[in-house]
Amino acid sequence: MPGPRLTHMTFSPQLEAKFAKLLESYPAGRQRAAMIPMLLYAQDEIGSVSDELVEEVAQRVGVTPLQVNEVVSYYSMLHREAHGKYHVQVCTNISCLLHDADQLLEHTCRKLGIENHGVTADGQFSIEEVECMGACSWAPAIQINYDFHHFVTPEKLDRLLDGLRKKQ
Amino acid sequence: MLYNEPSPLETRVLSRRFGMERSESIETYLATEGYQAFLKAAKMTPDAIINEMKVSNLRGRGGAGFPAGMKWSFVPRTSPKPKYIVVNADEGEPGTCKDRVLMENDPHQLIEGVLIAGLAVDAHAGWIYIRGEYRYLIDIMDRAIAEAYAGGWLGKNIQGTGFDFELYTHTGAGSYECGEESALLESLEGKRGVPRIRPPFPAVAGAFQCPTVLNNVETFCAAPAILLNGGAAFAALGIPKAGGTKFTCLTGHINKPGVYELRLGFPVKQMIEEVGGGMRNGKKLKAFIPGGSSCPVLTAAECEGATMDYDSMAQRKSMLGSGGVVIMDEDTCMVKVCLRLMKFYAHESCGWCIPCREGTTWLNKIMTRLHSGGGSEQDIGLLGDIAKNMLGRTFCPLGDAAALPMISIVEKFRGEFEDHLNGKPCPFEHSNRMVTA
Repeated sequence: MPGPRLTHMTFSPQLEAKFAKLLESYPAGRQRAAMIPMLLYAQDEIGSVSDELVEEVAQRVGVTPLQVNEVVSYYSMLHREAHGKYHVQVCTNISCLLHDADQLLEHTCRKLGIENHGVTADGQFSIEEVECMGACSWAPAIQINYDFHHFVTPEKLDRLLDGLRKKQ
Repeated sequence: MLYNEPSPLETRVLSRRFGMERSESIETYLATEGYQAFLKAAKMTPDAIINEMKVSNLRGRGGAGFPAGMKWSFVPRTSPKPKYIVVNADEGEPGTCKDRVLMENDPHQLIEGVLIAGLAVDAHAGWIYIRGEYRYLIDIMDRAIAEAYAGGWLGKNIQGTGFDFELYTHTGAGSYECGEESALLESLEGKRGVPRIRPPFPAVAGAFQCPTVLNNVETFCAAPAILLNGGAAFAALGIPKAGGTKFTCLTGHINKPGVYELRLGFPVKQMIEEVGGGMRNGKKLKAFIPGGSSCPVLTAAECEGATMDYDSMAQRKSMLGSGGVVIMDEDTCMVKVCLRLMKFYAHESCGWCIPCREGTTWLNKIMTRLHSGGGSEQDIGLLGDIAKNMLGRTFCPLGDAAALPMISIVEKFRGEFEDHLNGKPCPFEHSNRMVTA
């Protein structure tokens, strides 16, 4: 049996409030249900699913770290490695493919000088080819973090990425 | 906001508030008969509500097309367990982007639909399971839920009716499989999204093993209009056996892609030519997917005389599906399309059962080989064999969802597979250069 935990992770007050609400959003004794939202919201705040976060969430919802890990490994949005500050997700599924999304993905890689699933050396950008994101009628579509961009051309993509670079 | 211009050919029932100023606010909703259907339903018996749903001929809008009223009637209302409502907003079927539009532009309509379902089955709590990528929609739904609580449309003793209801949002975290209802319930409970063995069905043992009504966003959104104007009026908008309208996402090679609300039974040709503004660049139609990538593909010839409804598509051995229409022109490489779909299903198979896990993996491998020119004549037959051996042998429909388009594409476009044999370059790679708008 593990000994008493010496450290606890602390999150922003907004996230703590969200967690408190989540734990009350499910029937009594079913707090495990809060696990996936907690992991995703915490990941947004700290950048990735760290070992420490796995332990913390396990503790808060009353399961073992192994039970959290088996969930983390299933969901494509939960990631153990850090993404870039701007995570560029290019959909190449059918409706986007019909609008040349495979070429858009290639263009994105060339533009940022990294491969699919790569992160730029400065940690600012990362690229992921993703499955259908629900923007099929406005294809090709990308998401940068949680922001949707529709009807994306290579030129529009360049403008978007250049704009984000300047913001730094 | 709306991402495409509406069409004058639409029948705007669920979308009637779209484009109004602050259409997502409770003020706009209340000013336009919002929550009146709930008040009406609160004076009805549960049987009368369910009967109205049955009369409407509303069939599940997520893809399976099961009659919604019947689904609601399966919930054992006398069970001592609590009953729950779960909204499937895990929209992920390739080609489909309609639930997004419904939640973004009229979130209160969804809340009211959930309340009506709650009255019908004596449920007092519910969750809206929204895919993780739709974070901004979780924010929109959370704001709408907060407005509804503040206005007395959620919580205890709603508007003095004595009816209590608590509603929550819940985020997914990236998994197509979680759009399948039993996998969604597993995910809601904080587990890997693998399907459950049925029976028992969710109506009997759903969320947290309690009786549950689980429907797609669009299905719940239809309930207020059905209760307010009567099931018969809704049914009259469609065709016999399939009532009402269907949110249809036009995608692919047409001039005006977009999400449109069309009455069921809308002619396919008119939909492409008039709603969608015709084929892009004056090209010819080659292939057509009626409702998401899991449906068997139709050829242009098969689209002749077809209408957008369950029976017309079933006659053509396809399905109406989720409303994600994919339109492919004569320059489309069907081998490339097929490869991309198989890559998708291989990625999204949850791995729980072997015919799906191994089947999708091998279909993807063989398609990769074929598209790169390294395939053999034998491979073409093998694709069909593997796919046919997946059919009906998996716990959930994902196996079929991969096998059905595979079988239909090989059968209908076999020549294109043959054109890729013996190291030949893809015959479409040059003509396939398309100009994006």
